[in-house]
Amino acid sequence: MNDPRDFERPILEIEEQIENLKLFGGEAKREKELAALQKKLAKLRREVFAKLTPWQVVQVARHPRRPHFLDYVEALFDSFTELRGDRRFADDPAVVAGFARFRGRPVCLVGHQKGRDTKQKLLRNFGMPKPEGYRKALRVMRLAEKFRVPVLTFIDTPGAYPGMDAEERGQAEAIAYNLQEMARLRTSVVVTVTGEGGSGGALALGVGDRVNMLEHSIYSVISPEGCAAILWKDAARAEEAAAALKLTAKDLLRLALVDRVIEEPLGGAHADPPALFASVAMVLEEQLSELAAVDPGSLFDARYAKFRAMGAVAGA
Amino acid sequence: MWFRRKKKPEAVAADERAVHVPKGMWVKCDSCGQIMFAQTVADNAEVCPKCGYHFRISARRRLESLFDNGSYQEFDAEVAPTDPLGFKDQKRYKDRIAQYQAATGEKDAVVNAAGTLGGIPVIISCMEYAYMGGSMGSVVGEKITRAAERALAEKAPLIVVACSGGARMQESVFSLMQMAKISAALARLQEARLPYISVMTDPTTGGVTASFAMLGDVNIAEPKALIGFAGPRVIEQTIRQKLPEGFQRAEFLLEKGMVDLVVHRTQMRRTLAELLAIFTGAPPPPP
Repeated sequence: MNDPRDFERPILEIEEQIENLKLFGGEAKREKELAALQKKLAKLRREVFAKLTPWQVVQVARHPRRPHFLDYVEALFDSFTELRGDRRFADDPAVVAGFARFRGRPVCLVGHQKGRDTKQKLLRNFGMPKPEGYRKALRVMRLAEKFRVPVLTFIDTPGAYPGMDAEERGQAEAIAYNLQEMARLRTSVVVTVTGEGGSGGALALGVGDRVNMLEHSIYSVISPEGCAAILWKDAARAEEAAAALKLTAKDLLRLALVDRVIEEPLGGAHADPPALFASVAMVLEEQLSELAAVDPGSLFDARYAKFRAMGAVAGA
Repeated sequence: MWFRRKKKPEAVAADERAVHVPKGMWVKCDSCGQIMFAQTVADNAEVCPKCGYHFRISARRRLESLFDNGSYQEFDAEVAPTDPLGFKDQKRYKDRIAQYQAATGEKDAVVNAAGTLGGIPVIISCMEYAYMGGSMGSVVGEKITRAAERALAEKAPLIVVACSGGARMQESVFSLMQMAKISAALARLQEARLPYISVMTDPTTGGVTASFAMLGDVNIAEPKALIGFAGPRVIEQTIRQKLPEGFQRAEFLLEKGMVDLVVHRTQMRRTLAELLAIFTGAPPPPP
């Protein structure tokens, strides 16, 4: 299999040329060349990103430079106070939770955190939570309910951690309990899938009144690699599996499984994070305002109706 | 009642030649290798009389074994799968559906039933492993949700018997969302203070465990049932070592505090009847 990020190589090459030019080019000539290169870059980005295959979208969703949860916290919120630990066993750094202000409004923030460098990746366990991560998330969401603070969750995980310790401490129970309890949380919940929505490990932070997906994020019952290994008996057929799984934001919006797709800047979220954050902030502001008008007592019924409608059956 | 027969059926000595008798008369225990009269095993609730191995049984056989006098009314039988994504791997999902429907006589991997258990009206959803590994797609999600809604409407306890490899990949996110849908329905039972008992049989893994199977007011497992979130192979690949013997088995989960009880199949009905009587305020079931 080729490097799955080959499609981005021409873009990276021009980006590199631009960087070099900025560093070493002469004054007058530099401005002109720079303008030309930037024009070329925009055109290339437009071309490449206009026809991304599902497998390429998977690569963008997992892009090493893609903004992670703490980048959103930093960019969109003020005075974030992180609350740690599940009060049962441990603190799981793969999930970050706490309270902050969003344009003055108190909010509860919960998200998966992937690490960027090797040390961070190990600390964050590549964004794969253990049961204590889900239990911490619920504990903090319960505080939000108690104090009538809206909850914003940010989903970005390859999946719940499939290890022995996680199994022993009830990974399945932790996820299941979050699903049940988020369904009846008496405060509004806005979910945004920012990168990888990996199966039950993603959904365990994903039961809300509004569910958004970034344009190049994915949401799937299993990773394309895992699906290919099982159904094609060959993990290398992940590209086909990615297409078959209909895991892109566009697909899921069409299937009415998510409410809204948040457009990303040209070239993906990592190409222009400030522009991305502005789009996300706009949507969150709008949804928080809508939900603020809803009586918390009626949220459960509406949330139930929303998820109740999901599924495709005949003869019903 | 047949399943509480006191007299232990006699074990039949293993005999190589016995393998060649007409199909269906004899069975070989998957666990200890004992060869026995099929009827002997059937009379023991499909449990090996020698080693206690619980043979996998069909959803309908299970329902018969749980309801009073083995009688129940099926509901939601008409709910059938579609192929919402036009999914095709090495085979078309549509063809798989047809194949499993023909092989099992079931429309999908769950049967909903109403009846009484120990005299108490109860709703039971029971999964059918023979249908695509009991995988959870839209039909499983829809029918278990409807079972919960019927329990709510009739103020009846709900029992779900799980037997599943997890979510059905061919329905992708539709399958995933069934976890949320059923769990939300169970939240409504919680609020109505109606009993929900989860019975986990071999195997119960993936998205089924990580939703309704672990949410019982009481979680009951059959002996030696494999129960977990990630499958053993996935964990072994992650940690790059072999899992210890008995890992993710019912007895292990009991020790780790994830299930309340490990109950032998011949005692399951009795255990459920006693718990339901306490939870619903009904008189104790006759001994």
